[in-house]
Amino acid sequence: MLELSNVQTFYGNIKALGGVNIKISEGEIIALIGANGAGKTTTLMSISGIVPPRSGKIFFMGKPIHLLSPHEIVARGISQVPEGRRIFSQLTVKENLDMGAFLRKDKTGIKKDMEHVFSLFPVLHERRHQIGGTLSGGEQQMLAISRALMARPRLLLLDEPSLGLAPLIVKLIFQVIRKINQEDGATIFLVEQNANMALKVAHRGYVMDNGEITIQGTSEKLLHNEDVKKAYLGIVTAT
Amino acid sequence: MDYFLEIFWGGLTRGSIYALIALGYTMVYGILELINFAHGEIYMIGAFTALIVSTALAMAGMKGLTVFILASVLAVIYASAYGFTVEKIAYKPLRQAPRLSPLISAIGMSIFLQNYVLLAQTSDFLPFPGLIPEFTFMQPYAHIIGSTEMVIISTTALIMLLLTVFIKFTRMGKAMRATAQDRNMAMLVGIDINKVISSTFILGSALAAVGGVLIASHIGRINFYIGFIAGIKAFTAAVLGGIGSIPGAVLGGLVLGWTESFATGYVSSDYEDVFAFAFLVLILIFRPSGLVGRKTIQKV
Repeated sequence: MLELSNVQTFYGNIKALGGVNIKISEGEIIALIGANGAGKTTTLMSISGIVPPRSGKIFFMGKPIHLLSPHEIVARGISQVPEGRRIFSQLTVKENLDMGAFLRKDKTGIKKDMEHVFSLFPVLHERRHQIGGTLSGGEQQMLAISRALMARPRLLLLDEPSLGLAPLIVKLIFQVIRKINQEDGATIFLVEQNANMALKVAHRGYVMDNGEITIQGTSEKLLHNEDVKKAYLGIVTAT
Repeated sequence: MDYFLEIFWGGLTRGSIYALIALGYTMVYGILELINFAHGEIYMIGAFTALIVSTALAMAGMKGLTVFILASVLAVIYASAYGFTVEKIAYKPLRQAPRLSPLISAIGMSIFLQNYVLLAQTSDFLPFPGLIPEFTFMQPYAHIIGSTEMVIISTTALIMLLLTVFIKFTRMGKAMRATAQDRNMAMLVGIDINKVISSTFILGSALAAVGGVLIASHIGRINFYIGFIAGIKAFTAAVLGGIGSIPGAVLGGLVLGWTESFATGYVSSDYEDVFAFAFLVLILIFRPSGLVGRKTIQKV
């Protein structure tokens, strides 16, 4: 469904991604884990076209998308929940959701999807007329995910959805991620520092270090990989 | 009392025009964080277009309100085309450049447009016809407020109302607000920000052109340099109100208009600029983000 082939991305002269290869099939949940500054966010921004790759190719549904502008990529069916939520802080909850459906014209479908996200996160329904900036961190994350879902994406990119949230909220968010995947049929590409949580929900995973993919495999395999355990799971096994 | 009221309405008229031009500065700043120094020239081009059109129509034998409306519409269209083109030529290629580059480009554009009109027209002041007729029902109040002033104030009020509805409820208005709040996120929800930026320039230029036509028929003469002075004043109004804020631009324009008007009426016309800019300095000392501007919080 999504294929990154030898993607290299730069900020000015600084190389952030040095030839990344990732393949995602329809219906999967894929985790991308790695340390701070490894290039995880850049990978997502390259897919979304905000920081277009300097070389390499990105295919979505078999067609190249690396030369498209961000709004065209959204129109193809890729939505992103960026790091730090980035909700429109001066718009109401409902206006934020409307912005998520910006490219859609089917009014009845939009209304139905709004009811759907309200059923996923009932607290948003209670707060639908409240200004976005007044929500708590967890509520903002729920709103950010809901806003992305309003575009009815085929592929949902999630950047650090657990960052800075209480454990109970993190659990809820991950439950919803699984639900979106199983019930709505959306493919999910999840970037996380919380490697343990991410690999438990994902089918497969990639480990990124210094702008390159160093390890890949099924979640089961990665959870038991000694290097992954040491570097990202905080488990040190006696040798 | 009549003297006070006369000054009050005079200040409101002046302030309305400042507000119309200041809106263009503030909207562009809200979206691009760029001071569009060529904005005053768009206002001047609007006034010149109206002069050319109304002269042509007068030669064709038309008169009265029809001329005023036709001249205004054409001035709006022509000035909007200029605003749109200026953005494409002078700012769009510099979108990724450091913030100083488009600023210098804006100053260059301003100088270019002034000299272009200077060469294409003349350096002298040209008489501008009083396009707005004297209404008979305004006669009893003529010693306090003239017909032209009344038209300027009510037109501006109507435009502000329409603008508010546009920004609040239309698809493009919402896209503009979203882009002003977070440009990258706006792109991520599928907003074509090039379209948003172009629309902002077109809208701002249209408002400036209306201001140009209104004030020119009030004062009665124009030259190539009027845009520079009005531009500086309107920019002051935008900063006074809080740059980036739409209600701020309107409030800043009105406050500036009244300050100048009362300084002229009760002190001396020599001091109008002194009061206007002294007031700006005071506001910036005690409220650096302007009268209604929000404090920007730098996230760590």
